Amino acid sequence: MSLFEVKNVTVSFGGVKALNDVSFSVNKGEIFTIIGPNGAGKSTLFNVISRIYEPSKGQIYFNEENISKTKPHNISRLGIARTFQNLELFENATVLQNLLLGRHIFKKTNLLSEVFFTPKSRQQEHEYRLKVEEVIDFLDLQHYRDTLINGLPYGVRKNVELARALCTDPQLLLLDEPSSGLTNEETIDLGFWMKDIQSILGITIIMIEHDMSFVNKVSDRILALNYGEILATGLPDEIKNNADVKQAYMGE
Amino acid sequence: MRFIFKTKYSQDINIARHAGDKFWYSLLILVMAMMPLFLDDFYLGEISYICILSIAGIGLMILSGYTGLASLGHAAFLGIGAYTHAFLLTNGVPFLVSIPIVIAVSFLVGAVIGIPILRLTGMYLAIATLALGFIAEHVFIKWEHVTGGNRGMPVPQPEIMGISFYNSIFFYYVCLIFLIVSMFAAINILRSPTGRAFVAIRDSEIAAQSLGVNLGLYKALSFAVSGAFTGLAGALLAHYIGYLAPDIFNIFLSLTLLLLIVVGGMGSLHGTVFGAIFVGFLPQLIAICRDYLPSSIGSQPGLEPMLFGIILVFFILYEPLGIYGRWVKIKLFFELFPTYKRQTFKKQKVFTKSDRV
Repeated sequence: MSLFEVKNVTVSFGGVKALNDVSFSVNKGEIFTIIGPNGAGKSTLFNVISRIYEPSKGQIYFNEENISKTKPHNISRLGIARTFQNLELFENATVLQNLLLGRHIFKKTNLLSEVFFTPKSRQQEHEYRLKVEEVIDFLDLQHYRDTLINGLPYGVRKNVELARALCTDPQLLLLDEPSSGLTNEETIDLGFWMKDIQSILGITIIMIEHDMSFVNKVSDRILALNYGEILATGLPDEIKNNADVKQAYMGE
Repeated sequence: MRFIFKTKYSQDINIARHAGDKFWYSLLILVMAMMPLFLDDFYLGEISYICILSIAGIGLMILSGYTGLASLGHAAFLGIGAYTHAFLLTNGVPFLVSIPIVIAVSFLVGAVIGIPILRLTGMYLAIATLALGFIAEHVFIKWEHVTGGNRGMPVPQPEIMGISFYNSIFFYYVCLIFLIVSMFAAINILRSPTGRAFVAIRDSEIAAQSLGVNLGLYKALSFAVSGAFTGLAGALLAHYIGYLAPDIFNIFLSLTLLLLIVVGGMGSLHGTVFGAIFVGFLPQLIAICRDYLPSSIGSQPGLEPMLFGIILVFFILYEPLGIYGRWVKIKLFFELFPTYKRQTFKKQKVFTKSDRV
């Protein structure tokens, strides 16, 4: 059964069709990678899924529920979390505060109980923290809890963003170029973590990625986009040998 | 240097980070409580005024310093608080009932104004809030049967337990207690999910949204909370001034509040107090300086606003973190002595923010 489905989605900005009639579905527990040259519409696709852009046509289904009209801030409540291509962390806050924000959707307190910081508020902070600590242990962030994002190296920031997404308890994780800017070693670590996220936490992953050796290693299936249209969908080996994909990348 | 060994999550939740914090802040409160023993009425009045400014500063700090939304019209909320309070007192509502009503009214006004105005961002928001300030001033003039129009309105000075607000020691304690309570309320909001959502909106709206923060709701909430604090300050200000006139709540007062939070240090509650002390004493300082200046400069009517403006510019250029930022640097200098590096606080250039979506 497919967890997530995109049906005939078209996005146009004025006369430009960033996505043209794109349809695909992602199975539960899969690592699904979207590849394509620059300007292929990969990030547009992500922004449509997280409802930052409005699709001109088509629907998106998550758990068989049509989410094309859901408010952007409710997407994470459904169980979809994402990271951004150019980090969108809260720079003047500590790692811990960033991760605690990941628990925002589970907020039960109202303003009044927060003003007086009632025992219920305190209780909630403890609950948030328990989950956050799980994620910190999972992604080896113990050293950085109280560091401001400003002072962190790029690789760690990427990791914090992934951690923040995990804190929302997602069923589906959207990763926008998770390995860009990472060292080889960090990329290898990331590969292991993604496999762990898939197998231990049971989270389905859709990612956009350019590093083909990394893509081939972790992906279950790959979708290739170019100029807003689907070139091919299939297993890593099939995509590697697909004539259209080669054409798009190498220009043969 | 102090190393804190953390064994409980509560250590990250509590307001006091360690025993030192508890000691110094208790000492501060104790000293403040004993002030009437050392100071005469004039200085008590000045400190009361600084407390009032601090409360208003907390309000603006939550909006500008923590949520990242500019406001150039915050005097409107001071006015709303002051007039509501004076109106209620005139109609025989007791002080302790009037204050919660003032807070509620300012909160609601903030929310109602906030919902449409906060669709704007950056410069446009600043202009809209500027307009808000002018509109409020105009309403205070025109709504004569409530505000007394240009004639103004006397503020009744009620008695609590037989002590009148005319008693400067009593008024000092009232202001001090309200400042302490406001401080705790602000800290509590900021260490809760709502406060974190404010900071999230300041640092990255798009990320905040993707984590489930309803941008419209939280921006309006920030405006409302900010209005509530500032309204409370307005109520106390009404007692301090004694007689309300619409032109008190003009653009200059709004700019004074802005100066307060910038000089104090954006994004820190300590900054509101530092800024209030600075802004509170600045007019006295200018008055003293006037005597020493040649009369052609010293008696210029626009001297004060000009100096305010110059100071604002200098702080933004040379110490964007304000007095609190300077304090943190000095503290670190002695903690790390002799290995302090100027580079520690150098802002790192970020190149990755170019295309946000």
